[in-house]
Amino acid sequence: MTKKVILTFPVDATDRPLTYDLIRIYDVKVNILKAEIQPGKTGSLLIEMDADPLRIEQAIAFLNDNGVTVSPVSSKISYDESRCINCGNCASACFSHALTIEAPDWKLQFNPEKCIACKLCLKACPLKLFKIEFSNSESY
Amino acid sequence: MAKTYAEINDKIKKGTAVVLTAEEVSEVAKTLSPKEIAEKVDVVTTATFGAMCSSGAFLNFGHANPPIRMEKIELNGIRVSGGLAAVDTYVGATDCNPENPSYGGAHIIEDLIAGKEITLEAWGKGTDCYPRKHIKTIITKDTINEAILYNPRNAYQNYNVATNSTDKIKYTYMGTLLPKLRNASYSTAGELSPLLNDPECRTIGLGTRIFLCGTEGYVTWNGTQFHSTKEINEYGIPTSNARTIAVIGDLKNMSTEFLRGVYYEKYGVSMFVGIGIPIPILDEDLARRVSIRNEQIETTVVDYGDGNKILGKTNYAALQSGEIEVNGHKIKTAPVASLSKARQIAEILKSWIQNGNFLLTEPVRPMPTGTSLKGLQEIEK
Ligand code: SF4
Ligand code: SF4
Repeated sequence: MTKKVILTFPVDATDRPLTYDLIRIYDVKVNILKAEIQPGKTGSLLIEMDADPLRIEQAIAFLNDNGVTVSPVSSKISYDESRCINCGNCASACFSHALTIEAPDWKLQFNPEKCIACKLCLKACPLKLFKIEFSNSESY
Repeated sequence: MAKTYAEINDKIKKGTAVVLTAEEVSEVAKTLSPKEIAEKVDVVTTATFGAMCSSGAFLNFGHANPPIRMEKIELNGIRVSGGLAAVDTYVGATDCNPENPSYGGAHIIEDLIAGKEITLEAWGKGTDCYPRKHIKTIITKDTINEAILYNPRNAYQNYNVATNSTDKIKYTYMGTLLPKLRNASYSTAGELSPLLNDPECRTIGLGTRIFLCGTEGYVTWNGTQFHSTKEINEYGIPTSNARTIAVIGDLKNMSTEFLRGVYYEKYGVSMFVGIGIPIPILDEDLARRVSIRNEQIETTVVDYGDGNKILGKTNYAALQSGEIEVNGHKIKTAPVASLSKARQIAEILKSWIQNGNFLLTEPVRPMPTGTSLKGLQEIEK
């Protein structure tokens, strides 16, 4: 199974090769979708883990032991399309390219696959059309 | 061969006028010369739909019995001007109650257009001729006398591109600016934008009939901060924000499709305003002007994180491609004004003209020339 999660690292964990450990110790295939790490500061990683459920559970426990917060990306971002004016403010803020507004039609497109639930669009939309729902309340 | 307004209006009345949108004419100009365009095309429609903070509406509530001289006025709990006679007010788009900053004057105006009920509460000191001291009631656009949208500064001719070099997010009227130059936002409709298609305002002046928020409106004056001496590029386009227009129209006939109250995080309330301006193709010079293409319209990239420092120049073809390069940095771009709505407005205005319902007006007074801007001096006395 594959699972998309956001890892948030504390200051001192960013120097350790945790993702390497995941691969080595737990045989979890890790696909890094987005990395925001500054050495010496907190960082976050959006990853996709591919392994059997038990291994994934062990890997998550290992990460928690190392001070890493693991949040599932099962939170669902949605917006009220009927009120959308296609202004682009949300797409401007969305650095993971989940929200885009482009030629030829300049209408807002949303690709939930790319959403990392950073919630920037919630504040960026001047009509406040975005909602975030945590469809899956499990946390690790 | 020059055309007159009267000749173009005759064609509009007969239903034979050739009308194109500014985007269509820019496409046609790839194969036709300005001379040919001047012969073939009569009117070009331009449009914009973006946040324009310098907007608002005059309302006249009518007199109650006994009457009140309203000196302090609130609409849906928001303080609006009490400085206009007994029962008049001006609702400024950015008026708000600091305790609930996300609903403001612009939202009241949108709600009025939508026909919603608005709570009016007003206080006066009581005078011999206006004895009443307080009133609380409900109004809608149908219960009040006039409701007139009057916007002192709209439709900026060009505007800066906003970006942010600092390591903190900036929340601005140009949207959310991510740290370290991770995005840049722009708010002009490029080759479709009204004042970029008639950059010296040869046909846009006092009295010009326009599309305003779904109904007809008029240009009443030059807009405030009208700057007609900004640096221009080789195509005669000012490369940063320059001219503006003041506009007026009957709010009761407007549509919330083309007027929206908005709230920018940590900034405040503003109003999205839809404006369309028809440009009569009187001669070859105007044909050449409306043929302007996105790559020929340059603008200035400004660092909103660092005291509005100028970082460089770019053009609308680059901006609309989704990425610009500034001093070797590649920056992701996105609009913060709606090009799809602007196109819709240009199309509606085109159909009004084609159907003979919308005649063009010759300005009764041209826009000023030789103007620039004053800063505000701090004078101690
Ligand atoms: S939550 Fe973040 S990543 Fe997801 S759509 Fe909004 S801005 Fe984009
Ligand atoms: S910011 Fe809001 S109104 Fe603008 S395009 Fe995005 S969802 Fe639509």
